[in-house]
Amino acid sequence: MLEIKDLHVKLEEEDKQILKGVNLTVEAGKVHAIMGPNGSGKSTLSYVLSGKGGYEVTGGSATLEGVELLDMEAEERAAAGLFLAFQYPVEIPGVGNMTFLRTAVNAQRKARGEAEMSAGEFLKVVREKAKSLKIDAEMLKRPVNVGFSGGEKKRNEILQMAMLEPKMCILDETDSGLDVDAMKLVADGVNALRADGRAFLVITHYQRLLDHIKPDVVHIMADGRIVKTGGPELALEVENNGYADILAEVA
Amino acid sequence: MAGSAKMLQIRQDVTDARLAPLTVPAGGAWATEARSAAVARVQAMGLPHGRDEYWKFTKPDSFLSPDIAPAAAFDTDEAPLWADMDRLKIVFVDGVFDAGASDDLSLEGMEIERLADVTAKDIHWAKDLFGVLETNSHNAVPRPFAALNTAFASDGVVIRVTGKVSKPVNLIYLHKSEVSDAILHSCIKVEEGAEMTLLETGAAAARLNKVLEVEICDHASFHHVRVQGRDHERRAVTGIFTRLGTESTFKSFTLTMNGVMTRNECVIELTGDDANATIGGACVGDGKDFHHDDTVFITHDAVNCESRQVFKKVLRNGATGVFQGKILVKPDAQKTDGYQISQALLLDDDSQFLAKPELEIYADDVACSHGSTTGAIDEEALFYLQSRGVPKAEATALLVLAFLAEALEEIENPALAEGILERLEGWFVRHAA
Repeated sequence: MLEIKDLHVKLEEEDKQILKGVNLTVEAGKVHAIMGPNGSGKSTLSYVLSGKGGYEVTGGSATLEGVELLDMEAEERAAAGLFLAFQYPVEIPGVGNMTFLRTAVNAQRKARGEAEMSAGEFLKVVREKAKSLKIDAEMLKRPVNVGFSGGEKKRNEILQMAMLEPKMCILDETDSGLDVDAMKLVADGVNALRADGRAFLVITHYQRLLDHIKPDVVHIMADGRIVKTGGPELALEVENNGYADILAEVA
Repeated sequence: MAGSAKMLQIRQDVTDARLAPLTVPAGGAWATEARSAAVARVQAMGLPHGRDEYWKFTKPDSFLSPDIAPAAAFDTDEAPLWADMDRLKIVFVDGVFDAGASDDLSLEGMEIERLADVTAKDIHWAKDLFGVLETNSHNAVPRPFAALNTAFASDGVVIRVTGKVSKPVNLIYLHKSEVSDAILHSCIKVEEGAEMTLLETGAAAARLNKVLEVEICDHASFHHVRVQGRDHERRAVTGIFTRLGTESTFKSFTLTMNGVMTRNECVIELTGDDANATIGGACVGDGKDFHHDDTVFITHDAVNCESRQVFKKVLRNGATGVFQGKILVKPDAQKTDGYQISQALLLDDDSQFLAKPELEIYADDVACSHGSTTGAIDEEALFYLQSRGVPKAEATALLVLAFLAEALEEIENPALAEGILERLEGWFVRHAA
C-alpha cells in the first residue's frame, strides 16, 4: 500500500535535516505503529506524506499503490486515498462542519471522476457515522473544530476519515490530550474502519493507544530513521523500559 | 503666492472647471432655491484635493474631471439577483428613469414619486428633506460631491412610507452607455412606526454620483441592501445621509465587486433615544486598478442608542481598500453602545488596506469598541482543507467566504443574504487563482 524508500527531508527555511533515510512498507489491511522519542521526525513524516509546505524532500520516494505521492498537491494525495488525522486539528471559524465534510467528500469524488453525493444521501450517511462516534447534530452545525473540546476534535477527525473512506490512514498522536474514555471511543472508531483494502500508520508516544488499536508491526523511529522494527511486543518494551535501551542497542 | 493661497486658487479652478458644463435643472421655486443653495455650498467648500485629510487615501481626481473615462458595461450570464423575490422594480438606465421597464409606482403603505416630478411642483413635503441631511453632514467634514449632487441631480425617487411595507422596493441601475455620467438623488421619509426595505442594484453609469437621504421617524425601520454594479471600469462616489428618531432602526449593507473606483460615504445621526443603526459592507477586489473606500461618520446625539459598523474586504493582485470610520458621542449621549470593526484579508503582498478608525467621546457613561485588522489567509486552515481533498482555489474561496460571513450576518433578511452569497460565490469562480 504505502512504500517509503530512503526518504530524506530538510526544513525549507533552514539547513536542518529532519528525515535521514526513512524506509517503511505498510501492507494493505495492516496496522503499523511508529513510536519514538520527541524530535525523532514522526510528525514530520506524516506532514511530508500528506503534502504540507515548509519541507524540502532532498532524496527518496514515497508511493501509494505504486504512485509517487511526493509529486502531488495535498488535495491530489487525499483524492488518491491518503488521510492524515491531525495531532492538532485546525479550527476554521465561519465554515460549518457539515459544509466542510460535504465539500471534501464531493471534491474527492469529483477528482476521481465519480458522481457527487446528493445532499440527502450525504446527510443520511453522515448522521449514521456521527452517531457511532457520539457526535451530535449540534457539533455538525458548528464551525469546524471551533470551541470543540480535545476529545471532540479527535472524534471529528475520525468522522472525516469515516466519510472520506481513505485507503491509507495516518494517525498523528491521535491519543494526545484524550482521557481514557475518549481514547476508547476514538479507537473504536478506528477499529470499525479496519478493512482488507485499508492500511493504518499510527504515530504515538505511548503504548496505551496500542492497547486499543492493536498493531501488526511496530517501528521505532529515532533521529530521522526507523531504527528498529518488531511485533506488538516492541511497544510493550518501550512502555516498560523507555527508549534508552533500544537506542543504545542500535547505536 | 503663499502656499495656502495657491491651494485655494487650485481648488477654486478645479471646482469652476467641474461646474462649468453642469446645468441646474429647472423646477419649482422651492427646488430651485434648494439647488442654488447647494451650488453655493459647493463653491464655498470647493471640491476635494488629494492633500485633504479626508481624501488622503482615495484620490478624488476621477470625480473632479469634467470629462469622464469611458467604462464598458460588463456582460455576464448570471441570473438576475433576487429574481424570485416579489419586489417593486424601478429602473434607471444610465441615470435616467425608464418608465417602460419599471413597475407602476404604486405600493400600499407608501407614496413613490420621481424626483423630477417632485421638484417641478410648487410645494412638496420633500422640501424639508431634499438637501437638508446633506447640508447637516458638512458640520463635521465637508462633503462637496454630495452638495454637487443636490445641486445638479435631476433624477431619482422620493418615497414617503406610511405603513409597514413588506415588499421591497428595488432601484435597478442599468449601465448601457460607455460614457454616461449620472447624478442620482433619492429622498425617503419613513413615517412614525412605518417600515420599508430598499434594494439598490447595478452599476448605473460609467461614472456615478449618488445621494440617498433617509429620514427615519420615531419607531420606524429602514432596511437597505445594495449591490454595486460589477462593471470593471465604472466609478462611483455615493453618500447615504440618515437621521434616526426615537426607537427607530437603520440597517444597511453594501456588497461591492469590481469597479475601478468606489467611495461610499455614510453619515448617520442618532437623534432620538434608544435608536439603533447598523452599517455593514463586504467588498472583493482584484487588480491594481481596484480601489474601494468606505467612509462612515456616526453621531450619537441621544441616550441609549446603539451603532454597529462591520466592514470586510478581500483584496488581491494589488487592489486597495480604505476604511475611515468615526464615532462621535456628544455630551448628552449617555449609555451609548458603539461597535466598529474593519478587517481586510490580503491574498497577496501587493494589495493594501488603509484604515483610520476614530472615536471622539464627550459623554462619560459609554461603551465604544473598535478594531481593525489586516491579515493573510490562514495557511494552516488552507492545508487542513487541502489535506481533505479540497482543491486550493476552492479551499481559498471557502475561507474567504467564511471571513466575509460576519459582515453578511448584518443582513436582516436571509433570502437577501442568500443572493449576496451567490454573487460572491460566482465572483470566486470567475476570479479563481
